Amino acid sequence: MDVERHEYDVVVIGAGGAGLRAAIEAHALGAKTAIVCKSLLGKAHTVMAEGGIAAALGNVWPEDNWKVHFRDTMRGGKLLNNWRMAQLHAQEAPDRVLELEEWGALFDRTNDGLILQRDFGGHRYARLAHVGDRTGLEMIRTLQDHAVASGIDVFMECTLRHLITDGQRVAGAIGYWRQSGGLIAFGAKAVVLATGGVGKAWKVTSNSWEYTGDGIAMALEAGADLIDMEMTQFHPTAMVWPLSVRGILVTEGVRGDGGTLKNSKGDRFMFKYIPDFFRADTADTEREADAWYEDKKNNRRTPDLLPRDEVARAINTEVKAGRGTEHGGVFLDIASRRPADYIRRRLPSMYHQFKELADVDITKEAMEVGPTLHYIMGGIRVDADTAAATVPGLYAAGEVAAGMHGANRLGGNSLSDLLVFGKRAGQAAAEYSKRTPAPRADDAQVGAYAQRFAAPFERGGTENPYAIHAELQDTMQELVGIIRRRDELEEALARLERLRARAARAGVKGSRVYNPGWHLALDLENLIAVSEAVARSALVREESRGGHTREDFPKPDPEWGSKNVVTRRRDGRLVLTTEPLPPVPGELRALIGDDKPGEKVATGSEPAIVGGKE
Amino acid sequence: MTTETVAREVRMKVWRGDATGGEFVEFAVPSDPGMVVLDVVHRIQATHAPDLAVRWNCKAGKCGSCSAEVNGHPKLMCMTRMNEFAPGEEIAVSPVKSFPVIKDLVTDVSFNYEKAKTVPPFKPKPKDPDGKRRMYQEDVERVQEFHKCIECFLCQDVCHVIRDHEDNKRSFSGPRMFVRLAALEMHPLDTNERIDLIRAQHGLGYCNITKCCTEVCPEDIHITDNAIIPLKERVVTAHYDPLAWALRRIRRAGPASPAPPGPQSKEFAAPTPKPPSA
Amino acid sequence: MATTAVDVRHRPHERKDLWWLEPTVIVVVLGLFVLYSIYAGLVGTNYYYDPYLSPLYSPCLSANCVHPTLPLIGTYWNLSPAILIVAFPLAFRVTCYYYRRSYYRAFFWSPPACAVPDARKGYAGETRFPFLIQNLHRYALIFATALLIFLWWDAFGAFNFNGHFGVGFGSILMLANVALLSGYSLSCHSLRYLVGGYLDSFHGKSLRFRLWSWANTLNARHARWAWTSLIVVASTDLYIRLLAMGVLTDPRIVF
Repeated sequence: MDVERHEYDVVVIGAGGAGLRAAIEAHALGAKTAIVCKSLLGKAHTVMAEGGIAAALGNVWPEDNWKVHFRDTMRGGKLLNNWRMAQLHAQEAPDRVLELEEWGALFDRTNDGLILQRDFGGHRYARLAHVGDRTGLEMIRTLQDHAVASGIDVFMECTLRHLITDGQRVAGAIGYWRQSGGLIAFGAKAVVLATGGVGKAWKVTSNSWEYTGDGIAMALEAGADLIDMEMTQFHPTAMVWPLSVRGILVTEGVRGDGGTLKNSKGDRFMFKYIPDFFRADTADTEREADAWYEDKKNNRRTPDLLPRDEVARAINTEVKAGRGTEHGGVFLDIASRRPADYIRRRLPSMYHQFKELADVDITKEAMEVGPTLHYIMGGIRVDADTAAATVPGLYAAGEVAAGMHGANRLGGNSLSDLLVFGKRAGQAAAEYSKRTPAPRADDAQVGAYAQRFAAPFERGGTENPYAIHAELQDTMQELVGIIRRRDELEEALARLERLRARAARAGVKGSRVYNPGWHLALDLENLIAVSEAVARSALVREESRGGHTREDFPKPDPEWGSKNVVTRRRDGRLVLTTEPLPPVPGELRALIGDDKPGEKVATGSEPAIVGGKE
Repeated sequence: MTTETVAREVRMKVWRGDATGGEFVEFAVPSDPGMVVLDVVHRIQATHAPDLAVRWNCKAGKCGSCSAEVNGHPKLMCMTRMNEFAPGEEIAVSPVKSFPVIKDLVTDVSFNYEKAKTVPPFKPKPKDPDGKRRMYQEDVERVQEFHKCIECFLCQDVCHVIRDHEDNKRSFSGPRMFVRLAALEMHPLDTNERIDLIRAQHGLGYCNITKCCTEVCPEDIHITDNAIIPLKERVVTAHYDPLAWALRRIRRAGPASPAPPGPQSKEFAAPTPKPPSA
Repeated sequence: MATTAVDVRHRPHERKDLWWLEPTVIVVVLGLFVLYSIYAGLVGTNYYYDPYLSPLYSPCLSANCVHPTLPLIGTYWNLSPAILIVAFPLAFRVTCYYYRRSYYRAFFWSPPACAVPDARKGYAGETRFPFLIQNLHRYALIFATALLIFLWWDAFGAFNFNGHFGVGFGSILMLANVALLSGYSLSCHSLRYLVGGYLDSFHGKSLRFRLWSWANTLNARHARWAWTSLIVVASTDLYIRLLAMGVLTDPRIVF
């Protein structure tokens, strides 16, 4: 089969916030740049981001600055973050947000005409630049228009599946046009992976079909290191009913704007789940929590806005203890706490979403919500300053990269992460492409990959790829969910092996033209490979920290708190090791504080009440 | 809350084919409470037709990928609830008609991306003397309505100017592009000039304001009233209004104002000092 | 059943609902109004019943008027005085953005309803004569709005029964008529543009911002103003006509 060929200095895979920002930067620095994306331009998952972009602009609270943001990020990540990434992120996020404004973005305003900022979980001050509850749309459209106006080449509905290598270094990538099914290969001096996460391995997820772990799998295949793949974020609030919308996100902005979580008895249960690590920052009475929205100097933050891992575990525990709603969630109530027109103005798409999909008027009734797989903190190991992966010529930015968020990502830190490290990746890739000779893309490699793309048509398999995918989702949901156990993780690995064997027999009907069955059959390989990395890493880390909760090791362990779990592929097998985190320099450590997370977390396995208050 | 509690079987006719032709094929699959049309299409994919082509991403009405026509109405499949239809009612899903079919429910929407390339980009005026940008809620709100656009292209699909008259695609850009152009034109910071282009190149005059774009917009953008008609009025001032033309002539010739304030003079305004670096 | 590539795009529409209902209603209502106003405007009689002057004849500019408002035209004018002024409200309605939507749909069938094909093959929209004239809607607005002064004058006069204040059914109808016509004018898209819509930034321009916001609020109901004022104009004329013909008597209280 013929393979269409292209040559670029920099190929950016993925056109979400990170990919677009990387491409804009690489192009601006004079590198011949292409953006390749699986969907139409502007449909990437960034468009789903609702709440806002965290950046210490200090427009609402002049007390805010990068140091506070850095502290919040590190503590929210349970100190597993790459400190340098967290520092760069906190320092550069304001500039990246203001840059969007230079390109035409319209954020909501303060009375003085500056960018308005909203409260979000884990952030000391109101810090999120936002546009109602559709900030991601504003961001992606601004970047998209700017990229198009700059004249960057865009390859839409084009899936790149394998990296082409020249010895140790990256030489390009190969994949197929979704529309025609024709194969396409890029020769490139540098490749930036901005492919997002792997949410489609779980059943209840806020992620779209695109989230099949492509970038992680490609990097793994090319020999790059992954770290902390066990760190998956379950967003505490997603729709739970009706079934067909289970998992669709309900923005943290609901709580940022005054909404509160209640169990079926009507209790604001979050007050029972305040860990010691956050006690000094968190209100312990309803009065103080409510007063905090107006007066942040004299009150502490409401526990409804604890970091996402804490809230998700708390909801999970409440439901397991029988205090959940009819459909297995808890109530999120803003109707009784804010006026209807305020809710409609601040949260228009939440209002719309519940009204249209669940017949619920959120200005009149409480929402039913529960956790959904939302994000993976783990991913490709990168250098903090350049976003370079451990394979020369390979860069990664956004969700696909790891380190920035440690064990748990704070809401709002994702969009700023995309911008800060998207720009850095684009810059580093462009600079690398200027100082490096063109690599040679080996025809034999291209031919071998072309064979693999054709295989599902030729092998005459009988397995239905959709059925395999559904079983994979069940497996990850049941066995590698919010709360994990050794025996379940081992069971998951055994099932993954069986699924891998079945996926190799997946059959495809029809032609190559826009054939989702074929696309899924190819995606399964990635999904299973990355799922295995998650399950194995989860088995290795014998503690509970952030997005990784082990029922059999329910406490954070300071020993583990200083280690990354590293995953590599060697000789076709995953090899896992642990490596020490880079130590935080003294002056930054002073910002974070000396205490460490230490107490048992709520796993829901017993009616234990954390924090000693019932 | 009104939810059906008993699962029932639904029958759905889905248009299947490609650029050379096609037909409706009927499928029967079980339906669950709360399902939307896209769920049924996915179920058909998983159980009957694995190669059934359909675009989708967010499944929450935020990305604008799953545009199609349901019983002849341009809709997002993810936001069309199955309980909108009476039990036993025939449901027909077909691809949008303004654009060429690639396969099944997927069409070639590159028209929109090509037109987007011809829009002159945002060009902000200089920053305030203190290096900051100030905009006010009353000014951004008007444009924020246009920024709600999720590029589902349902307005382009329903617009008869291109839906029924292929030739017009050369000289008419469609409602989506007018929303985009209105957003740029009414942006409080923008200084670029587009009005003449809007008339001559994007073909605003082809729109006969029959408002179907507004009717189908899933984001409830008042495309006709708030984007297209205000643009038409601006075009009138710049191009058709004799009094406005005369006033411009007088102002240009008049000795009282040797340097008329205009978009061009703004471009060359002195740059403000850079903000102090953090 | 295979079809050709062209057929794929131009196959019949799939709407099964009553899409034809709206254009039909518009044809009937607008058609009835046009037929009635042609008759009422040309007949030249029965347009005044003291103290009510039909809005179709106001301002009455001929010296031959039964109740002249401003006798600018001499007695040589033998035709109906309504003809002298009909152009102004007619131009306003014909070039109105809302009516354009409605008659392009209902009469031109371009398109008859959303996602239902155009009736004709070629289409150039409003890019050519005579449709280019639609661009002068703002002038029609100015003239039609100026005429409202006379209608308000007539409406106040309708409460004056030979020097005594009184209220008749006709007084109320005439007041309602001019109020609705004013609502229709003030909700005009062109007016919204002229009072402030042309600005890109309202900051520091609070008067224009307030006017524009107000025009926006009214404009959201422009269609409703358009229909109610249309029906009430015809009804007011009909009522006065029937009074003048002696078919009806006007219930009234005179103080």
